[in-house]
This record gives sequence, structure tokens and C-alpha cells, in this order.
Amino acid sequence: MELRIDRAAVERCRSLAASIVDPVSTFIAAHSTVAVERSVLRLLGVDGIGRDEIPLPNLLVDGLPPRMRARGVATAFGAALAETGLEPQPLAEALGAGRYSLEQFIDVPAAAVRGALRPFVERTLARLRERRAERLERLTRLPQSPPPWLYVIVASGNIYEDRTAAVAAAQAGAQIIAVIRSTGQSLLDFVPFGPTTEGFGGTYATQENFRIMRSALDEVSERLGRYVMLTNYASGLCMPEIATMAALERLDMLLNDSMYGILFRDINMKRTFVDQHFSRMLNAFSGIIINTGEDNYLTTADAVEQAPAVLASQFINEEFAHRAGMPDEQIGLGDAYEIDPDLEDGFLFQVAQAQLARQVFPNAPLKYMPPTKHMTGDIFKGHLIDAMFNLTSVMTRQSIHLCGMLTEAIHTPFLGDRVLSIENARYVMNTARHFGDEISFTPGGRIERRAQEVLANAEALLERVAARGLMPAIQGAVFADVSRPPDGGRGFDGVFARADDYYNPFEAALAAVPAAGSPR
Amino acid sequence: MNESTVIRPYGDTRNDGKVQLSFTLPVEWSEAADEAARQLVAKMGFTEVQVVDGRPIAAGFSLFVVYAATTQSIDMAGVKAPSAKIHAMSMEEIDAFVRERLGRKVRVAGACIGTDAHTVGIDAILNMKGYKGDYGLERYQMFEVHNLGSQVAVDEFVRFAKEREIDALLASQVVTQKGSDITNFTALAELLEAEGIRDRVVLCCGGPRVTNLLAGELGYDAGFGRGTLPSEVAAFIATRLAERAVVARGGV
Repeated sequence: MELRIDRAAVERCRSLAASIVDPVSTFIAAHSTVAVERSVLRLLGVDGIGRDEIPLPNLLVDGLPPRMRARGVATAFGAALAETGLEPQPLAEALGAGRYSLEQFIDVPAAAVRGALRPFVERTLARLRERRAERLERLTRLPQSPPPWLYVIVASGNIYEDRTAAVAAAQAGAQIIAVIRSTGQSLLDFVPFGPTTEGFGGTYATQENFRIMRSALDEVSERLGRYVMLTNYASGLCMPEIATMAALERLDMLLNDSMYGILFRDINMKRTFVDQHFSRMLNAFSGIIINTGEDNYLTTADAVEQAPAVLASQFINEEFAHRAGMPDEQIGLGDAYEIDPDLEDGFLFQVAQAQLARQVFPNAPLKYMPPTKHMTGDIFKGHLIDAMFNLTSVMTRQSIHLCGMLTEAIHTPFLGDRVLSIENARYVMNTARHFGDEISFTPGGRIERRAQEVLANAEALLERVAARGLMPAIQGAVFADVSRPPDGGRGFDGVFARADDYYNPFEAALAAVPAAGSPR
Repeated sequence: MNESTVIRPYGDTRNDGKVQLSFTLPVEWSEAADEAARQLVAKMGFTEVQVVDGRPIAAGFSLFVVYAATTQSIDMAGVKAPSAKIHAMSMEEIDAFVRERLGRKVRVAGACIGTDAHTVGIDAILNMKGYKGDYGLERYQMFEVHNLGSQVAVDEFVRFAKEREIDALLASQVVTQKGSDITNFTALAELLEAEGIRDRVVLCCGGPRVTNLLAGELGYDAGFGRGTLPSEVAAFIATRLAERAVVARGGV
């Protein structure tokens, strides 16, 4: 089952994406953000909260005068490590309590600063390598069933209830569990601390919550004899901090998009571009698969019209990920089954789009999102639409399959809803397992013509973006009909230019060391 | 009591009272679990209870599908749920109505308030494209539309309404977990009241769980639930503003 598509057009799209990302990469290399600096502290071993329950990484980074911040928090913190002889956590606590100030230690030579940081950098890199090796060992010993991998969300607001739901879903056949975050967390410029039992529309992402869920899933993986993956959301204002915590606690996947926050959460674009790069360097090193957010174009605007924007965004996301050192096998590009069910031949269009993505990104673990926009309170019809989505996914060999819920648009899933949804997917995917191998598309037929049209329009869109530049194009509402100014949006005040002697010890280490082995 | 307006659920015969239920019990499946489901449904007041499917879905959880009958009935004559969607007018008719009765553009602001980020509903009403072939308010000649998007703080929304002299506010909520929608809707109505501009604006709420009845209880002028078309919202706003203009002029 192959579509005849213009391979030269695909290559042109890739080179357009490269020319679009080039100037942004130059910007990224010259800047940092408060979130990146907080991640550096967390990677050095700083955790916990200080006065007014403010996380220590926030206290320390916010307390830096601009000229010190421009040199990177590691410069100041490394100097303090060298002078005090303390370990990172006790030092951070002392700084948080006001017993020291980072401004006391400004005349320490660079060699001494780097020397003081080195053992803690090495310790963390070793821990990240260990986490990755643990995943590989488990995947070998507890192999997953073949893709599409069934992915479900838990979202009670209470991590302990989520744990119950996640274990039940795994027993029913789920292979990936996502803990949806509390609505609004993407706009918090700090990561909450400790286990949490109160959330709205989801559960706060905290390092302790990650630990609780990872441990429960490890236990059920052993019992089931297959590894159950855990995912969360590295998006919003704390993108690189979430990536840090995920790497430390062996999450397997992270939602992580280069433009989603800009368009759909009004987060400043410069902040997002810098943050996504460091996040993806961490993800690459840790063997974490990213999931991109192209599905959002389809939920906020017409799915038929937006198909070229999805493909164009996939090319841009791929290029950003490659530049952060991610191999194709870790780039879970997104798409969704969102065409109006009343549209004649809508299913054909869905198949065309999904198969096109499969052929354009042959090694990517594509993420396929279920219908949400056209789901109503009619659970019976909803279950049927989900079955068609399941069929499309297995036919076109999607990799990460978000199970659609018959109660979508009603409530966050009940335990029973999740099981019905998994059963639907298992039935369809089993009964049609090799369907895609047995059929072919009519040459020049509706599906092939649609795929060719989407590819051609994506190329035209990328040409327009390349001509204007990515930041002006976003301002010009080229994506999702949403306009965002380069210096507007949330978190812009947390972006700053790097001084000539800026230092981030992890950046160099993550870039220099090729990630070892496959995450799979 | 009028027999013809008294109704029961309809399976295949009038007044058979047949309903379908489905639920999960936190118990390992066994024949006793099926029996527990049957007794539970009987305790709800249903008769002719049949557990047609009962099975384990996870360790310690079972799912049931149950058919049963109710002896309860309802007299439609006594049920009141006024709809806000009473004025069926096309976009052109609404524009003409506004031009004639108000003589100026209607200023509308919409937002997903609080922390809610789900703009699908408010976008369907406001965006030019609209919903189900019914154009959104941005397309109307006589509406000036400000879509503030997602996660708009209530005080920000009210400040905007004051500064721009907004005629109609549309607040949207999709997330309903732990009553966050009600909290946010209430906060908006109260702040408008406190700022002294509640009477100056047409205040509407919307979302998949919103009903016009609920909106009334919360002090809103109208509530729009699932399946609402943009023209229904536009017609309500235009009509309500025209009524107020008449009242302000001392009637006709």
C-alpha cells in the first residue's frame, strides 16, 4: 500500500525547512532563558523549595542580576561551589536561606568554576545514561507488543487516583500512559514540588509525581511481561525543566513541540525556540521520544484546509529536532483524525494524510491523535468514529496511537471508558492487522490525488515561510490563523542574550557525547 | 394531569419504561459481582433488571451493561427549560436588524476564562468560518468581534469590556472538573456587578455542559450548550440589545 508521491518535492520541503530553521538556530545559539538556567541547576542536583514555597532553582535564578545571568547561572553557582566546598543541594539551600549570595563569588577564575562543576556534571550525565540503559534493559526483557502502541491518558488531578487508573489501563492493554497536566500548568513559570492531589482537568507535573507513576508502571510491567511507557508534557514556560525531570525519572516520551506554545498558549516565540532546543538536547541524550503537536492545527481550524500546515509543521519540527541531535527514531511527529464526519469521503482524506506522513517520515514513530473536535455527547456515534480512526491507524502503520474515548467532550475518562476504548482499538487492529499490506491505492485515484495536493500545498506554504522568515511568518498568522508578535506573549522577559563568556556545562556535554544505542 | 403529556422511556412499546445503563464496579468479576450489579440497579428503583454483560476489565474492576425498566414518569406539561435560541434569523437578517434598531455596530468580546485552554467552542461561534455552515460573528457586518482566546483572567476580561465599551460578553468553559466552570462563571458575573457594568452588557456563557437554565441561575442573560450555531448567539445578542434600547428610550 504505497502512494506515488513526488520524492523531489519531499526533498525540497526538507531543504526549505532547513533554510527556515537556520536563522532561528543562530538566535538560539546567542540566547538563553530563565527556564534553561533553572534546568542547569536541577541537573546539577538542586531540588526542593525555599521561602514562600518557591522552588530553589527559581529563587537562585531570579536573584541573579542581569549581568551575572548573562554569563549563565552555572558560572555563578560553580564559583560558589568552588569557594564554599559545599555540594549543590546544601549550597542551594544556604543561598535560598540568604546565608550566602551568589554575588559574593564573582572573582573566581573560570578554570576553578569549571573544575568545581565537573564532578556534578559527570554525576548527572552518568545518571542519565543509567536511566537510558535501564529502559533498554527492560524493553529487551519485557518487549512491547507491536505498534500502533495504545496510548491513554489519566487525568484525575490526584496522582494516587491516576496511579490506580494507569495500572488498570495497562492491564487492559495500554502500552503508554500519559498523565495530563492540570490546566494552566503550561503558564506557570515554575514547577510545583512534591506529590499533588489537587488539579483541574489533570494532575500537576512534579518530579515526585513522575516517580510515583514510574514506580507503579514498572511494577505492572513486570507483572504483565511487557514494558509500559510513561509520558508527560514538556511544553509551556518550564519546557526544559520538565525535560530534565523526565530524563532523571526515566519517562519514555514527552510532548514537545517547537511552535505549539507560541500559537496555542501565547508563549513568547523566542522563549519557546530557545527552550525547545535545550529540551530536545536532553531528550536526545536520554532516549526520550518526543511527540509534536500538529494535531492542534486541526482542532482549532478546518481539518481539510489545515492538512498542508500539518505537513509543513512536521518538516519544521523534524528540522529543529535534528539540530538538537535527535535521531528520526525519537521524533514522534503528530497528526490527528479530525475531519468532519459528515464530509463525504472524509475517511479517504484521513487515510491519504496518514499514509503521506508515513511515507515522508518513514523512520519516525508517528503520533496519531483521535477525533475530539467532532465528538459530541453521542457516545454511540463517538465509539464508531473512533473505530474508523483505529482502522486508519493500523492500515497506515502509525506508531503512537492515542486511544479515542467515546466520552470525549463529556468528562475526563472514567476507568470503564478507557477500557472500552482500548478494547475498540484492540479489536479493530487485530482484525485488520495486515489489511494495509493487502491493498493498493488506485493510481491517480481520490486518495493519491489528495496526498499529492497536500504535499504540493505544504511545499508552497514552506516557501512562503522561508521567504518571510519563521518569526515574521508566525506574526503574519501563517500557522493556525494565529498571529503572535516576536516580542509579545508570556515569558518574554525570561529571555536574555548570552554574554561572550556564557557557560552551560551540560550544553557542551550533551552535544559532544553521541547518545549511545537505540532507545528501543 | 393530561395523559398524553405524561411520558416514560420508550423501548419498543409505549410506557414500557426501558432504560440502558452501563457502569463499573470496583470489584473482581464473579457471578456474585453480576448479582451485586443487578441488586444495585434494583435498589435504584428499577424493575425487570437484566445484567446483559458483566466482565472483568482490570484487577479489581468489572464493567456491566444493564437493561431495566422504570415505573417513574414525567409530565411534560410541568417541565420548563426556556431556550435562548428563540429568534431564528439569518446573518443578513441580523445585520439588517442591528442596522435598523441600533444604528451602530455591536461590540462583542469572547474568551475562555480562567485556566481553560479549550477554545474550540468560542472559536466556532466567533471565527469567520463558523460552525456547520453557519458563519461566525466575525463575518457579520454589524458585529465588531474581539476574540481574546484562551486562559483569560476574569479581571482582564472585565477590564477589556470596560475599556472597549463592549456590548456583549461571551464566556466559554469546556473543563468542568471539580466545578471550575461554575467558579469561573460566577467570578465573572460578580466582578461585572462589582464594577457596576453588569446591566450595561449582555452576558452569555457557553460550553458543552452549559444550559440556559444553569445560565439563569448564575445570573447570566443566556447560556448556550452543545450544537449552538453562531447565528443563534448573534440573534440573541441583537434582540436583547434592541429590547434594552427600547426600554432606555422609555418604550415605543
